[in-house]
Amino acid sequence: MLLAIFTISLMAGLFGLILGYAAIRFKVEGNPVVDQIDALLPQTQCGQCTYAGCRPYAEAIASGEAPINQCPPGGQATIVALADLLETEVLELNAEHGEHLDVPLLAVIDEQTCIGCTLCIQACPVDAILGAAKHMHTVIADECTGCKLCLPPCPVDCIDMVPARQTIDDWKWSAPLDQMESVQNA
Amino acid sequence: MLKLHHFHGGLRLDGHKAESLGRELQQASLPERLFLPLRQHIGDHNKPLVKIGDRVLKGQVIAADSALICAAVHAPTSGTICAIANYPVAHPSGQADTCIVIDVDGEDDTVEPSLADLDNLTPVEMTELICRAGIVGLGGAVFPTSPKLSRGKVQGIDTLIINGVECEPYITCDDTLMRYNAAEVVRGSGYLQQILSPRTTFIGIEDNKPEAIAAMKQALAQHPLPNTEIVSIPTIYPSGGEKQLVQILTGKEVPHGQLAFDIGIFCQNVGTCASITRALEKDEPLISRVVTITGDNITQPGNWEVRLGTPISHLIELAGGYRHGASGQLVMGGSMMGFSLSGSEVPIVKASNCIMVMREDTIPKSPGYHDECIRCGKCTEVCPAQLLPQQLYWHARAKAYERTQEFHLFDCIECGCCSTVCPSRIPLVQYYRAAKSEIRAARKAQFKSDHARRRFEFREQRLLLKKQQDEERRRLKREALEKRKSLSGETAGGADPVQAALDRVKARKKSAREDSR
Amino acid sequence: MTSVVVSSPYVAQGNTLKRLMIQVIIALLPGTLAYAWYFGPGVIINICLAVLLALAFEAGILKLRAKPIMPQLTDCSAVVAAWLFALCLPMHSPWWLVLVGIGFTMVAGKHLYGGLGFNPFNPAMVGYVVLLISFPREMTTWYLPNSVSGESLGLLDALAYSFAGADIRQWDALASATPLDQVKTGVAQGISISEIRLSPVFGDFAGKGWEWIAFWWFIGGLWLLFTRTIRWHIPTAVLVAVLAMSLLFYLLDPEVYVSPVFHLLSGAVVIGAFFIATDPVTAATTDWGRIYYGLLIGFLIYVIRVWGGYPDGVAFAVLLANMCVPLIDYYTQPRIYGEK
Repeated sequence: MLLAIFTISLMAGLFGLILGYAAIRFKVEGNPVVDQIDALLPQTQCGQCTYAGCRPYAEAIASGEAPINQCPPGGQATIVALADLLETEVLELNAEHGEHLDVPLLAVIDEQTCIGCTLCIQACPVDAILGAAKHMHTVIADECTGCKLCLPPCPVDCIDMVPARQTIDDWKWSAPLDQMESVQNA
Repeated sequence: MLKLHHFHGGLRLDGHKAESLGRELQQASLPERLFLPLRQHIGDHNKPLVKIGDRVLKGQVIAADSALICAAVHAPTSGTICAIANYPVAHPSGQADTCIVIDVDGEDDTVEPSLADLDNLTPVEMTELICRAGIVGLGGAVFPTSPKLSRGKVQGIDTLIINGVECEPYITCDDTLMRYNAAEVVRGSGYLQQILSPRTTFIGIEDNKPEAIAAMKQALAQHPLPNTEIVSIPTIYPSGGEKQLVQILTGKEVPHGQLAFDIGIFCQNVGTCASITRALEKDEPLISRVVTITGDNITQPGNWEVRLGTPISHLIELAGGYRHGASGQLVMGGSMMGFSLSGSEVPIVKASNCIMVMREDTIPKSPGYHDECIRCGKCTEVCPAQLLPQQLYWHARAKAYERTQEFHLFDCIECGCCSTVCPSRIPLVQYYRAAKSEIRAARKAQFKSDHARRRFEFREQRLLLKKQQDEERRRLKREALEKRKSLSGETAGGADPVQAALDRVKARKKSAREDSR
Repeated sequence: MTSVVVSSPYVAQGNTLKRLMIQVIIALLPGTLAYAWYFGPGVIINICLAVLLALAFEAGILKLRAKPIMPQLTDCSAVVAAWLFALCLPMHSPWWLVLVGIGFTMVAGKHLYGGLGFNPFNPAMVGYVVLLISFPREMTTWYLPNSVSGESLGLLDALAYSFAGADIRQWDALASATPLDQVKTGVAQGISISEIRLSPVFGDFAGKGWEWIAFWWFIGGLWLLFTRTIRWHIPTAVLVAVLAMSLLFYLLDPEVYVSPVFHLLSGAVVIGAFFIATDPVTAATTDWGRIYYGLLIGFLIYVIRVWGGYPDGVAFAVLLANMCVPLIDYYTQPRIYGEK
C-alpha cells in the first residue's frame, strides 16, 4: 500500500518536472493562432462584433475573451470554421450582433445629394470610395464590403445600402436534403 | 487492329436512340427572332459590338472579348438588332442572362466571305481563323477551340482523337452528323492534323452506330488521311468522356491534376471538326449546329440543323409539337447529364446537343423521399473516375467540404453512373454538385476577404505613414524655430535681429534728415 | 419564388432496396426449409414471431422519431434482420426471449444509431449476443434432429412451448448440446476427436442435419452471388480464413483439433459468410477492405471456437470486425484515375 503511494507520487513528480521543462524550453513566441483566426474572418472591419475591426476580434478570440459567434458577415460558415480551427463547440450566431445576410449589401452614394465633404472617404476601412474635396464621391462596388461605416459620418445622409447584384455565376445547386426540408416546410 | 483497353466501372444503358434516328438530318427554318446569349462558352461574357437598331448580316461578329479564353458570337442570319437585354437562357438555375436579340428579316444575306488559301496556311493562321469563327467544343464542354489548339501545339501532340462516341442516351446529333456529313468531319480532322501534326489519329465511334461507322469509313476512303484509323469501341457509358476515351484508345491515364494534352493527346468532337471545315473552307463562323429533339412527349423526334439563337419552342413546333400537352419538363442534354430548362423560350446555344421533351411524370419536379445509403458499394463499382462516391455522399451530406476534397470531389465528372445504380435511389450527383457550388462560393468569398484585408492593412499603413510624416514635419519646424531663437540671442546680445534691422533703418533715416538740414 | 431544381441523372436501373432484401429472403428459404425439415416447426414459429415483432418495433420507433413509417417498413430490411436473428436462436424458444432479442436488435442495434444505414454493428448479432450473455440457459438449450431422436415436437406442442410456457422437462430426451458444443466440452475434458465423433449426433461430415442445412445456406449464398446481390469478396475471405486456420491446426494434431470440413459445415460459418458478414451497412466498403474484413472474421471465428469461451464464435467475430471497419476502410482506399 505504502509502496504504491510512493511509486505514484514519484511518477507524478517526474512527469511534472518533464512538463515544466518542456513548457519553458519549447515555448512558442507570439501567437500564430491570431493570424489563423484572422484569415477566417470576412474582413469587413464593420465592428458589429463590438471590437474595432477583424484583427482585434481575432485577438480577443485567441485570448479567450470573446466567443466565436459574434460575426454576422461571416455567418454560420465562419463559426463552423473557427470551431474547427480551435476545436471548440459550434455555436449559433449571436443575434444581438446582427443577422447574417446571404446576399451582401453594397453602399451606393446618391450623387444628387452628395456635397463632397470627404467624411465618408475617411471612414471607409478599405478605401472603396473615390473622390476628393468638393468633388463627386462614388463607391467602387467591387471593393465595398458592406460594413456600413460610411453611413454615420455623412452629413446629408446620401448613402444607401442595396443588395449586391446576383449574376448567373452566383447561383448554387442546393443539396437534396435542404430541398426536401424546404418543400416540407413550405 | 488497335488493342482496346477498359476503364473502371461504367454502365450499359438503354440507349433510347432509335426514336430520333428515323428521319434524315433536316434543316430548321428561321424563326421570327433569334436570342443570342453573350456567353456560350467556358470563360467570361463577350461584349456586344453592335447596338440596337444596327442591321447585321449572316456571319457578322456581334459580340467578342479580348480575353485569352473566349469565343466570339456571330449573327446566324441577317436582320436588325432589336434588343440587348436579359432573357431566359439555358442554365440549370433558370435565370436570365444578357442576350442580343435579332429581328430576322428572312433574307439570309451573308457577309462577303474571304476565302483563305488552305494549302498555304500555317498552323498559327489556321488557329487564328478558327478563333475568329468563334468555334468551341461542341461535345458539351464548349471550351474555346483556338486556345486549346495553341496550347496543344506548344505541348506537342502525339495522338489526335476525334470523339464520335456519343455515349449518352437520347442524344443522336453526332450519329446523324456522321451519317450525313461524314466528309466534313473527315476534312475537319485533316485540318486538325495540319495544325497539330500528330503521329496517329483515332476516330472513336461506339459500336451501336454501324451506319455512322460505314459512312465515316467511306468518307475516309474518298479523302484519305495519314495514320488515321476509325475505331469501333464497345457501347458502355461514359466511354465518350475525354479521360475515359483516352484510356480506352491508348491505355494511358491522364495524370491527376493535368489535362490530356499534357500527355500529348488532343481530343475533339466530330461536330467541332465539321464546323472547323466550314470556317476554313467557306469562311462560315459557328452559327448553327445539329440538335436532337427527342423524348416521350414530342410527336416527331429527329435531328435538325438549327441556327443558334432559335427558341426551343420553334424547334418543338417543327418537330410536330407536344404529344401529351406542354406540362412536362424540357431537358437540355441527355438523361444522364442534362439539366432542366425554365421554359421553351430558352434559345439554342453552342452547347445544345439535345433537347428532351418529357412527360410530366417521367422527370421529377421536386425531390422525393429517398431511402438511406446502405453502404452496398455499387456506386464505387461503376464510377469511371475510380472515386468513392459513398464517402463523397456522406461528407457532402454532412457539409464537411474539406473531407469531400480529400476524397477528390473535383475529380468527379458528374456522369451520373453512381446515382443510376444506387438501390436507395439517392440523388448522389446533386449532392456533389451542391458541394462543389458551396466550395466555389467559399473560395470566392475567401479571395474577396483576403483582398479586403490587404486593402485595409495598406490603408492602415498609409495613415500611419502620414501621421509619422506630419509629426516629423512638426518636429523639424519646432527645431528650426528653436534654432532661430537661440541664434538671434547670440548676435544681438539678446535683441531681436528684426528689431536691430529696424533700428538701423531708423538711425539711417535720422542721420539723413540731419544731413539735409 | 425559386423553383426546386432537381439534378440529372433522370434514369435509374438495377435493384431497389426492397428488391435487394427480397432476393436475400428468397436465398434464405432453402436453408430455412431444411432447418424445419430436420428440426421441426419451432424455427418457423420463431421466424414469424420475430418478423412481426420487428415490424412492430420499427413502426413504434419511427413514430417516436417522427419519420415517415410506411416507406421504411416496406423496404423489408427489418424482415431480413429478424429472420437472421431468429435463425440463431434455439429452435424451441419462449416468446419473451424473441421479444427481448428483437427489441435490442431493432432499437439498440439499428434505430438508436439513426436507422437503416447508420448502425455500425450488425443488428441481428447485437440482439443475439445480448440474449446469449443475459439468458445462458435458454440460449444453450438445443435439440436433437428428428432423425436422431426419432421423434420431434409437432406444431401444436411447439406453439405451446413458445407461448404458453409448457414445461420443457417433458421433452428432456430431445434436448442436447450442438455438435460444436460437444466437441468443445469433449476436448476440454481431454477426450480425443475420434471418440467424440462416435456420438450419434455426428453425421458423415459434421453434425447430422446441420451439415445439410449448411449445404442449403451455401446454395442460397450462390443465388445471392448470381443475382449480384452480394459480391464474392466477403464470403470467399471468411471461408478461406476458416479453412486455412482449421486445416493448419488439424494437420498439427487431428485428435485435438477437429477437421476443416467439420468447421465449415457446423454452426453459423456458411450462413455467416454469405448472409451475416455481407450485411452491407456494417461491412467494409472497399474491395480489398472487404477481403481483409472477411479474413478477420474467419480468423476470429476459429480462435473463439477453439480457445474462446463459446462453442460458436460467428456473432462475436462479426461484431469485433464491425468495430474495425472504419480503420479497414481508411487504409484500403483504392487508387483513383490518374494517380500513381
